[in-house]
Amino acid sequence: MTKLGSAIFSRLVIIIPYAWLLFFFLIPFFIVFRISLSTTAIAQPPYEPVFALADGLSGLLAKIGQFSFDNYVWLTEDALYLNAYLSSLWIAGVSTLITLLIGYPIAYGMAQAPRTLRPTLLMLVILPFWTSFLIRVYAWIAILKPEGLLNQFLIGIGIIDTPLIIMNTNWAIYIGIVYSYLPFMVLPLYSALEKMDNTLIEAAQDLGCPQISAFWKVTFPLSIPGIVAGCMLVFIPAVGEFVIPDLLGGSQTLMIGKTLWNEFNANRDWPVSAAVATILLLILVVPIVFFQNAQAKAEEQGR
Amino acid sequence: MKSLGNIRRSFAPWTDPDAKPFITFRNVTKRFGDFTAVDDLTLNIYHREFFALLGASGCGKSTLLRMLAGFERPTSGEIILDGQDIAGIPPYKRPVNMMFQSYALFPHMTVESNIGFGLRQDGMPKNQIAERVAQMLKLVKLEKFAKRKPHQLSGGQRQRVALARSLAKRPKVLLLDEPLGALDKKLREETQFELMDLQQELGLTFVVVTHDQEEAMTMADRIAVMSHGKVIQVATPAEIYEAPNSRFVADFIGDVNILDGKVSASGNGKIELATSDGFTVRTAAGHAPAAGSAAGFAIRPEKLKVTRAAPVDASVNAAEGEIWDIGYLGDMTVFYVKLGSGKVVKASMLNAQREVEDPIAYDEKVWVSFGETAGVVLKD
Repeated sequence: MTKLGSAIFSRLVIIIPYAWLLFFFLIPFFIVFRISLSTTAIAQPPYEPVFALADGLSGLLAKIGQFSFDNYVWLTEDALYLNAYLSSLWIAGVSTLITLLIGYPIAYGMAQAPRTLRPTLLMLVILPFWTSFLIRVYAWIAILKPEGLLNQFLIGIGIIDTPLIIMNTNWAIYIGIVYSYLPFMVLPLYSALEKMDNTLIEAAQDLGCPQISAFWKVTFPLSIPGIVAGCMLVFIPAVGEFVIPDLLGGSQTLMIGKTLWNEFNANRDWPVSAAVATILLLILVVPIVFFQNAQAKAEEQGR
Repeated sequence: MKSLGNIRRSFAPWTDPDAKPFITFRNVTKRFGDFTAVDDLTLNIYHREFFALLGASGCGKSTLLRMLAGFERPTSGEIILDGQDIAGIPPYKRPVNMMFQSYALFPHMTVESNIGFGLRQDGMPKNQIAERVAQMLKLVKLEKFAKRKPHQLSGGQRQRVALARSLAKRPKVLLLDEPLGALDKKLREETQFELMDLQQELGLTFVVVTHDQEEAMTMADRIAVMSHGKVIQVATPAEIYEAPNSRFVADFIGDVNILDGKVSASGNGKIELATSDGFTVRTAAGHAPAAGSAAGFAIRPEKLKVTRAAPVDASVNAAEGEIWDIGYLGDMTVFYVKLGSGKVVKASMLNAQREVEDPIAYDEKVWVSFGETAGVVLKD
């Protein structure tokens, strides 16, 4: 390839991810943001103003003048939205913590397993992805409902007499989220733990650390980048989760994904749901930026 | 009194029958599945000794070190340190510290906290830790780097941090696993002498594992040459080099010519060996194999003399040959001389002068000669 050709090629390679972000993130976001500034209308599309080529420049400016932040003001006036955001953050936070508590030992066990066994274990973690997410969540209904497998089993072995009411409670949501997002926690943790140099543990022991304390002083701090990555991968999608609260949660369950769905489909209020989505995005951008920083730091450390 | 080579210092507790060994391996065997890494090994190491375990990879030297550190438990036998059987003591309770081949510095800690790690484990008061760490940093000349992380250091600096960390707890024994393996040649040579000085200064017992014979020869008081889980010879570097007890050791350490033959006469501490190359070697022998038995004779290249004229002294062993190849190495020249039988022996001569008049050239007829005490009769 000529020098010029390779220069163009290297530019092109850089352009691809930017173009991807532009078309599939930035432009859709601006469309959503623009709708959030509109007002509802009984029309198609169900909001106004709607831009048309025939408007001309003055018409365009007049229509832009109609934009307002009323929908955002509305979100602050009705406690429903604030509660939904807070409740989503809380549910996602608790689920992330539970996922970490379950995922860390799994990832640690996998990293300590004999080298020949590791690909199989990794496969087992990824295996659930081969089934549709929706089907897996539906399967939990069959497990958790009052006459479901879990209650039958517990009654069968005599631990309880009356069925546990898990279905349609927040418990079911926690179970659903933890189950669904566990692989996203395990994989980054495993990759962090698997890279760990075992001689570091030996060095810690050599210097007077019993095995457990060597774990807390060496293994754990060195796996923090993996913990951060795993937590972000679980927390961020869990905040906006809709399917799990809709299928497993009760009618009183407040999560922002469900609220958004209601505004959009039941109320047919595109502008308010667009405002809800924009605020949700802002809430999530903060942890994403935090995550990026942590990654950059980890990379520097790994050098 | 004649001795083998120059003994570095008058430190030789192993020659004193009353001296008590500091570390004893007694009939230690270590198996990993079917593989026997250490095979019924018995070894004594003395207090303040700089002891080297030398061997090719897989000979069991690292396993021996790891058993001393406590990372491996012997399958059978006992390991005694300072009068105490340590086989069952976990690594974190042993009064030994190890410097790892990879250094194993904690990447998330500064140089300071790396060095102080073991002290914090022991619950030493903070001000004492700071004092000891400062002392260690001074010892390895890294005072300016206390706040750095390991990835901000060069290879040589990391090596020093690892050394300081393993010395910080003032262990009874310091174990060093290929301590200089990751350094380049110049730095390695410097560091060898630094390690020796340090060991002298601190009065510690050092056990070093290495595959580099030059390193072992330079630093160690005694060397154990290992092969297939067994110790073949334990002796001072000079003894190992000048009086190898076996074909393996003679061959493993340095360059050597080995002539095989049959003992034709034996007596008065001297033997005559009829070599398969068709000439007779008269040599002094530490042991006297019976006449008629097979024996090997080992002689180092630098002990062979290459001359044009036949040596006049009749007591000197000599054989005629032809220059087969010449290797000029700068400090010395190596002559490969093909004897009448077709065997090629290697002789090296120091280039003491810059210019040589009429140097020996390819294909010349020459004589190879050596004295009665230049070589050694091998036991196997």
